[in-house]
Parts: sequence; C-alpha cells; structure tokens
Amino acid sequence: MEETKLMEKKVHPLEEYFRKERLPHIWCSGCGLGIAMTSFLYAIKELEIPKEKVAVVSGIGCSGRVAGYVKMDSYHTTHGRAIAFATGLKLAKPDLYVVVFSGDGDIAAIGGNHLIHAARRNMDLTVICVNNFNYGMTGGQFGPTTPLEAITTTTPYGNFEYPFNLPHLAYSSGATFVARWTVLHAYQLRQSIKKALLRKGFNFIEVISPCPTGFGRPNKIGEAIDEMRYYKENSIIRNGIDPKEAELSFRGKIVVGEFVEEERPSFLEIYQKFLKEKGVEK
Amino acid sequence: MKAKILTGTHYMLGDHACAEGAIAAGCRFFAGYPITPSTEIAEWIARRIPLFGGIYIQMEDEIASITALIGASCGGVKSMTATSGPGYSLMVEGIGLAVMLEVPCVIVNVQRGAPSTGLPTLVGQGDVMQARWGSHGDYEIIALSPNSCQEMFDLTIKAFNLSEKYRVPVTILADEAVGHLREKVVIPPQEEIKIINREKPKVPPEEYWPYVPNENLVPPMAIAGEGYYVHMTGLTHDERGYPDITGEAHEKLVRRLIDKIQKNKKDIIEYEEIMIDDAEIVVVSFGITARAALRAVKEARKKGIKAGLFRLITIWPFPEERIAEISKKIEKFVVAEINQGQIRREVERARLNGVPVIGVHKLGGDLITPDEIMEGIWKKQN
Repeated sequence: MEETKLMEKKVHPLEEYFRKERLPHIWCSGCGLGIAMTSFLYAIKELEIPKEKVAVVSGIGCSGRVAGYVKMDSYHTTHGRAIAFATGLKLAKPDLYVVVFSGDGDIAAIGGNHLIHAARRNMDLTVICVNNFNYGMTGGQFGPTTPLEAITTTTPYGNFEYPFNLPHLAYSSGATFVARWTVLHAYQLRQSIKKALLRKGFNFIEVISPCPTGFGRPNKIGEAIDEMRYYKENSIIRNGIDPKEAELSFRGKIVVGEFVEEERPSFLEIYQKFLKEKGVEK
Repeated sequence: MKAKILTGTHYMLGDHACAEGAIAAGCRFFAGYPITPSTEIAEWIARRIPLFGGIYIQMEDEIASITALIGASCGGVKSMTATSGPGYSLMVEGIGLAVMLEVPCVIVNVQRGAPSTGLPTLVGQGDVMQARWGSHGDYEIIALSPNSCQEMFDLTIKAFNLSEKYRVPVTILADEAVGHLREKVVIPPQEEIKIINREKPKVPPEEYWPYVPNENLVPPMAIAGEGYYVHMTGLTHDERGYPDITGEAHEKLVRRLIDKIQKNKKDIIEYEEIMIDDAEIVVVSFGITARAALRAVKEARKKGIKAGLFRLITIWPFPEERIAEISKKIEKFVVAEINQGQIRREVERARLNGVPVIGVHKLGGDLITPDEIMEGIWKKQN
C-alpha cells in the first residue's frame, strides 16, 4: 500500500500537492475547509491529472485561501470575481483544468452575477463552493446562504432574509452538473469532483461545511464534532432530484447528492465548432 | 483560412482603428460590455477576432470584463476591453488587481460627458484623474491619449507594448470625438509593426519566484500551465508571490510598483511639441482638444504672438520634468481640456517660478473651439 509506506515515512499522501512552506493554514480548528480541499486534491491525484495542468482560482474569504496552499498555478483574486477570472483563464488556456474554489459569500453574494452568467454560458469550469452559512473571515456576519432566523453578528435578532438554495440557483441558471455534499461525505464529494473535472461545461458543487467560530458559536451548535454528527443524522442522499427540492432550512434536514447531470454543448465546444467550420488557423 | 490585419490605407472610424490596432498588437482576447461611445470597438473585435482564433466574450458587466482580461492574460493571451466612464468606474477594482498582480492588459476608455450616466453620446475629457487615481491606494499607471484615428491605431499598439514591457494595465484615454471621427488611417504590414512581448522566466520552475524583478524592476512572467506553479494574490506579497502582511513587505512591493513606472519615465513618456523653441505662450492639450489647440496656436502666430503647442500623448505618468523645463522660458501656459482643470492642476504642480497657467475648460458635451483657446491666449489670469 502506497499510503502505508508514506505514513511510515511520515509523508502526507498529498504532500506534492501542497505549498508546504505556506503551512500551517489559517483556518480555525473544526473548519471544514481542510476536508473540502483534500477531497479536491485526492480527486486530482486519483485521476492522475498532472498538477501543472490544473489552475485554482479563488476569491476572498476563508475559502479563498485555498489558492494559497495548493502547489498548482493558483490565483487569489478580488472578492467575488473568481469565476470571471477563471472564465478568462480557461478561454486563454482551454487545455487547463480550471477550478474555482471559493465560499458562499464570495460566489453567491458579491459574485452572484458572475455565477449565474457563467452557468448560463455553460462555461467550461468546475466551481467548488464551500458553504458555511456566514462570512467567516470578517468575523461571522450573515450572508446569502444564512438560514432564516439564524444568529450572526449582523443578525443579532435572527436573520430576516431568506437564503439562496445554491444548487437550484446554479441549475436554473444553466449549470449542467450540480451536486451538494457535506464535508462528512468526503468520499462522495471526491467522486463528484472527479466527475466534474472530466466534464465539459459548467459544473457546480456545493460543500456544506462547519464554521464553529463564526456560525456554530452564536447558534449554539456546539463543537465541530457535534456539527459532523448533525450532518450524519440529518443528511438525506437524493441523487437526481430537482434541485428545487433541495432547499435547506435552519437546523433542518440536509438534502445531498448529485442532483443534475445533463449534456449540453459548452461555450468552448460551440466556439471550437465555429473555428473548425470556418477553417480558422491561429 | 489565416486572417490578416488590414494593411493599407483606409477611411476608418476611430473606434474601428483602435480595434484593428489591438489585433495587430496581438490581442486575442477581448471581454467587454456594450457602452456608448465605445461600442464600435467591441463590434469590430467581435467580427474580426474569431477569424484570428481569438475570443470575443461579452461579460455580464464591466467588473467581470476586466477580471476576465486578467485571467486571460495570466494564461498568456494579450487582452483588451473597451468602455466609457460608467464602465470604467466599475473597472477600477480590476485595474487595482492588475496593478498588484502585475498582469498586462489594455483598457480603452472612450470618454463621454459625466458624472454618472451623463452624456452618453457626447464628448468629455473628465476621466483624467480617475485614470490616475481610480483604484484605491498608491500606485503608478500608464495612460495614453490619441488625437486622431491614426493614433487610435498606433497608440493601441503602443499601449500593448508598454503593458507587456512593464506588466501594468494601460489605459487608452480616448474621447467620443476621436472615437467617432472618421479619417485616413494607414496600417503597415504586420511584420513592420514593432511588437513587445512580456519577458518570460529565464530560470527553471524550481528556481523561479514570480516577483523577482529584472533590471527594469519588472519581474519576468510565467503563465499558467507551464509547470511554474505561479501563485498570485491581491494581498501584499513577497517575491515568491506569497501573502506577507507587514509594513516592510508592503513598502518593498508598492515602492517597486511605483518605481518601475517612475524610473522608466523616459522610455514611457511621449509628447509632441510644435513651435515650442521660441514660444512665449505654450498651450497644453491632449486628445481631440489638441487639434483645436494647434489651430489656435497657428492663428496666434499669424497675429505675431509667439505661441506653441505641447500635446500630451502619454497622460500618465505626467511629463512634469518637461513642463518644468518649458516653464523656465515662457510667460504663461494655457491648458485646454474638456473638464474643469484636471491637467491644469498637473501643469500648475509641475511649472516653476509661478508661471501663470490659464485654463480653458468646458464641462463636456461640446468641443472646445480654436476661438475659445485664443481667448485663453489673450487672457492675463484665470
């Protein structure tokens, strides 16, 4: 077993995928980002994609820091703009696997416009959106996914707003692969990321993650382990359902699974077909 | 089919000349959002660039457009967008990112009357200071101002060359009148056009740090997908590209971002001087207004007034040393611009001995006439 050998040598099986000099990371203990990141890296490793062929683009926030830790071409852009940046990079370098790794606030609030339009174009990207239900980096304010009535530093009397159902948003905007897992479902998450990486078009994966510091504490959720136990007891796997039915509620059931997998020509496929038909030489 | 640039003599719209110039400069990625009076650039690119295997993508807004440019440029493809004031206001976020990441890209701002939605179809030159200071923080930037359709072509190529050489976003600060002007444009054969490409890393990936500068203070740039494992961040960073949130790292980085432009000003700055040698009155102008200024200077000469024209081609960095030098020999400056004195302040800042600076200004919507500039030439004080 390769991994056993590595353990004997005290080498992490993903060592070659990290910028070791950048570790330890800045995430709080109990944060789910580590699992989300390693699920992604295992997916790359298992698919044997050369890491120089993968580019990671992040926005701002805790999830945005992923770009700083992976030993790949990695870009930590401005708040909300990861998908727009990734669109340019992918179109310039179609042979790269371009992965957006960012948070719910980054992707669905300030970057919401870029999300829906990249999905509409069926742009050839994989978006991993880690949803921790709040703005963690700035100290736990409510965001576009914070459930109704949840307490955050800017909803001290409970949230007055309805949250987005991100898979539904992505699907109705045009995403052709849509999945949601919690960080408890690390294996399934890895399989979905692998599937997304091999697909054309716009692939959206939501990852539900604990934020013990920003969201757990004010809402009396307990330790991270309690949150993981909560995921275990309350997740329902429903592959293939209409994402409309995957709405989340405050401390309610969590519907997870691969909801959507559809074939539709992607932006690059349509464009490359034009180039071929026109006989364009670069 | 292999497409070629339109070598030859053409009767061309300024906006179209700019777009063709971009293609001649090697631009193969354009992300934009339609806005008057720059839309003809997008339309021309949309028609032409796919034939060269390039991408035209219409983004959801101008923030997305500029950010996509930066992404494409990190993939090694020369990139441009075109907009006007309202769009430029949205783009300043991305301009700041491009400054910090040191990613080459070109932004055309075909200026119109402002603020806000202002005068969509009418001329303005009020975005001069925004082009200089639009993004938050301290930085140096390059902006060029074409005054003819020919310069819409030529300066677009220059903008790409400077952007690649100094790894800085370059703004082409055009105006509605030049953008919508139609006149003769001579396009040389592609092989006669001087093209500068960014410097590539000279060391293997394991020895490469993305922000170790060359002798011009500009770091060689590795692009994505070539095994250099580049990391770029808008955070203050060290030479490895890694975040370093200290005053010391900030001083080192931002100082170099400023110095790489300031210390290479001689190479960057271009201006035109007409009848300056014996001039007692020097008119300073740029863009479309410089054409009226030239006429005014010629009329003044006919009347026996020793007038000359100093036309800014590079607006930023501002040629302050040259303005200081000229101010030693003259009686006064007259600054003509379709705004309330944005370049006049720069001239006042740069001139020596308190030489008077007379402003000839308009708020936008109309061109400044040669007669109005003549009045400025006669005037003793503001």
